[in-house]
Formats: sequence, structure tokens, C-alpha cells
Amino acid sequence: MRRAMLVLVILGALVVPAAAQAPGARTIILSTTTSTQDSGLLDVLVPLFEKQTGYTVKTISVGTGQALALAARGEADVALCHAPSLEKKYVADGKMHDRRLVMYNDFLLIGPESDPAKVRGEKSVVAALKKIAESGARFVSRGDKSGTHVLELSLWKAAGLTPAAPWYIESGQGMGATLGIANDRQAYTLSDRATMLAFSKRVDLKPMVEGDRRLLNIYSVMEVNPANGPRVNVAGGKAFADWILSPETQQVIKTFGVDTYGQPLFVPIAGKKDEDF
Amino acid sequence: MDVLADGVRQAVALLARADAEVLGILWTSLEVSGTATLVALVLGIPAGVVLALTRFPGRTLVVSAVNTGMGLPPVVVGLFVTIVLWRSGPLGALEILYTPTAIVVAQAVIAAPIVTGITLAAVQNVPAKFRLQLVALGASRAQMVWVVLREARLPMLAAVMAGFGGVISEIGASMMVGGNIKGQTRTLTTAMVLETGKGNFDVAIALSILLLLLVFVINWALTAVQQRR
Repeated sequence: MRRAMLVLVILGALVVPAAAQAPGARTIILSTTTSTQDSGLLDVLVPLFEKQTGYTVKTISVGTGQALALAARGEADVALCHAPSLEKKYVADGKMHDRRLVMYNDFLLIGPESDPAKVRGEKSVVAALKKIAESGARFVSRGDKSGTHVLELSLWKAAGLTPAAPWYIESGQGMGATLGIANDRQAYTLSDRATMLAFSKRVDLKPMVEGDRRLLNIYSVMEVNPANGPRVNVAGGKAFADWILSPETQQVIKTFGVDTYGQPLFVPIAGKKDEDF
Repeated sequence: MDVLADGVRQAVALLARADAEVLGILWTSLEVSGTATLVALVLGIPAGVVLALTRFPGRTLVVSAVNTGMGLPPVVVGLFVTIVLWRSGPLGALEILYTPTAIVVAQAVIAAPIVTGITLAAVQNVPAKFRLQLVALGASRAQMVWVVLREARLPMLAAVMAGFGGVISEIGASMMVGGNIKGQTRTLTTAMVLETGKGNFDVAIALSILLLLLVFVINWALTAVQQRR
């Protein structure tokens, strides 16, 4: 028993300091989407921001739906999301303010080589979805209220369709896991280009429809209304929003991904408006 | 299968060059889960002893609650701890959400019933006549408890292993209350989910091998103590 106590005491001496980590006043919480994290962009941007401003950033990567919901409760100080329709609703409700465009890339409709619904090369993504529904070919949806899911639902609505099982599969998971399921089930799915590129080694699905204006994937930064809850770091949130839109940061975004994928993953668009797209 | 081979190779490589980020993650996991286990022991052992040696109305209900708690789903604990620690929650003023401390709190909640339950069973397994004999020989209550705990030391170490093994491998609570923040609250399990999400299956496999190794080494040390003659 004495030896056991000794082991515990040693273990304790090692581990107790972990618990003592005081939160600084210069800490901000950034609620954002999984794609900014999974693509590795935040791993580049956040340390830069911390170094240049002295803030500590806690990045919470969740689906856009949850990211906005957290910000609306005052649990975050700034949000970086990609669901314009949903974002505008939060701004209109006064939960978020100063929504500014940061960057964009695009979504693609991808599917199996065999292309059972014959949608390859279709110009309109809405027309392609109609064909998929008619043919009953499998389609995997994120089903998680993420920005990708919000866009997908708006496309089904535009097509005048209500997708349903058995051919419509809801994964309820992130983009990476959803790509894996779509690959396994030889199904169509909607993916952002960054994640698709990151998975190109493992996933054998081919681009079917791209370049449709509706497939534009626009990221915006928004600041949190301090009335949403106690302890919102207003200055910190604004500092991050201003920083990500600064010419230097926009230049970093512009070149991000070139060395890994041979092409940039995001196009910076600070200063542009929704109407420009 | 080549993914698995790549993963094993990657794990060896990461360890061999003592990758700073991986070592940091390993350390965070060990610190957080070790602290949580300690907290659970401090709370769980006395609670288990009291439950084993006393009789009071409603005791069966409490013991049933402890036994249910042994299977407490980490994701449920994560959700409730998150809500309590929210800026708008009752303990929001502490501002510990998304810090290692928050993970310690959640994991201690998960491990405490496990320690309590196993302690309870271990102490009850010591024959009641043995306790009576101790008292008859003039042992004080504290001395009696100490000797009984000594008798129960084998299963008690099992409580440590079960508690630690349960929390170091859980993901739901760590993800929700920690936020998987790079360099701060990223643990082995949350890093594994992230790398899988990124499509880096080889890194995820490497991390899982590290996790298994870590748990094995700790259990080995504890087992060596337990089985010592």
C-alpha cells in the first residue's frame, strides 16, 4: 500500500500544475466552422494573430449553425462562418454585427466515376440534383446544420424537392467523415473544395458539377453583440475581425495551400460586398 | 492495409524524432487525466468506504445511483459541465471553459463514481467478522478503516486503473468542454478525431498507438505494485 501511495503522490506532483492555468483578460473565443480548421488555415492564422497582438485565441470549431448559436448566446467574441443566409438572419436579429466578407472558395457536386444519374458536366447544380432525385441515386448529406448543409438544403429547395430516404443518406458528421461515407456507398455529395483536395488521396469521387454561381462558398467574420451575454470581449472580437481583413493577413490567405495542393484553397475578398458575387 | 502500416511507421517516426506537438498532446492528456483521476480518488475512496461501512435509510438508492454513475456517458457529462461553465452559466465567472481545468472537472465527474463503486465493492468484500475482530482487539474506527483498506488494496488499485483508463480514453467530454484547442486543450483522443477529419489517417493511427502505449505503461506500473508480494 505504501508503494501504491508513493506512485500516486509522484503522479500527483506531475499532474497538478495542469489545473492551475488562469484565464487572461486578453483571451478571445473564436467560434468557427470545421472547414477552416480541417483545411489547416487556422493553424496558420491563429498563431500569427496571437504573436502580432498578444491575444490568446480559443478556437471552437463546430458547424456554422452551432458556431452562430454559441455567439448568439455570448459564448464567443467573434465568429467566422460560411452560411450567408443564416448569418444575415443573426445580423438582422441584432445578435451579431459588422458582418464583413473575408474570403471564398467553392463547393463541388462530386460523385462516383460510374455517374449513375448522368450529371457529369451539368452546368446547373439544381438541375443535377433533380436528376439525382429522379434516378434515385444515393446522395450523402451532412445533415448537421453546417454551412455546407445549409447550402445543400437551399439547393434542394430551389429544385422544388424534399429529399428522403432510402437514397438520401444523412451522415450527421463533418465533411471528412461524410466524404468517406459517400466514397464507401458510391454516392453523390456536396463538398467544399478545400476538404475534397485534402481527401483526394483516400476518396475516389470525381467532380461532377462545378463553377455554378450557386456553389460559391463565402466566408464572413462577424462580431458579437455584447448584449448577448456577460463577459463578451468586444475589443478582442473587433481586433480579430479587423486583423483577418488587413492586407497582410489577406495576403497569407491568398497563398495558403499552394505548397501542399499546388493551388490556393481560399480567395481573399476583404472589402467586397455580397452584391459583388 | 497499407494505411495501418503507414500509421505504425508514422508512430515510430513521431516518437523517434520526439515531435514537439505530439509530445505536448501526450503530456496534456497525461496531466489532465492524471489530475482528474487523483480528484476522483480523493472524492471516491471516502465515499465508497462510508457507503460500505454504514447503513442508513435510502442507502440502496444511493448505491444504485453510484452503480449507474459508473456507466455515465462522457458526452452527457460534457454537455452538463459545458452548460454550467458557460459565460452565462452558474460558474461562468470562473472563465475556465475551454481550458485544461474544465476537462479535469468533467473527467473527475466521470471517474469519481467508478472509484466509489469499486471501493464500495472492495471494502464490502472484506468479511464483516474481520472488522468485528479488529474492533474487539481494541482498534479505533480510523485504525479499523485503514486495515480494511489495506486488505482491499488489490481491488483498490483496480479502481485507479479503471478510473484512469476510463478518462484518458474518453472523447465526448474532452471535446465539448476543452474545445480541442491546439497547444492548450488538444488531447490524444480529440487530436485523433481531428486528424481523421482532416484525412490524415496515418497520424490518427500513430496517435492511437501512442494512447495505447501510454495506458499500457501506466497499467503496467500499477499492476507491478498490485501484484508485488
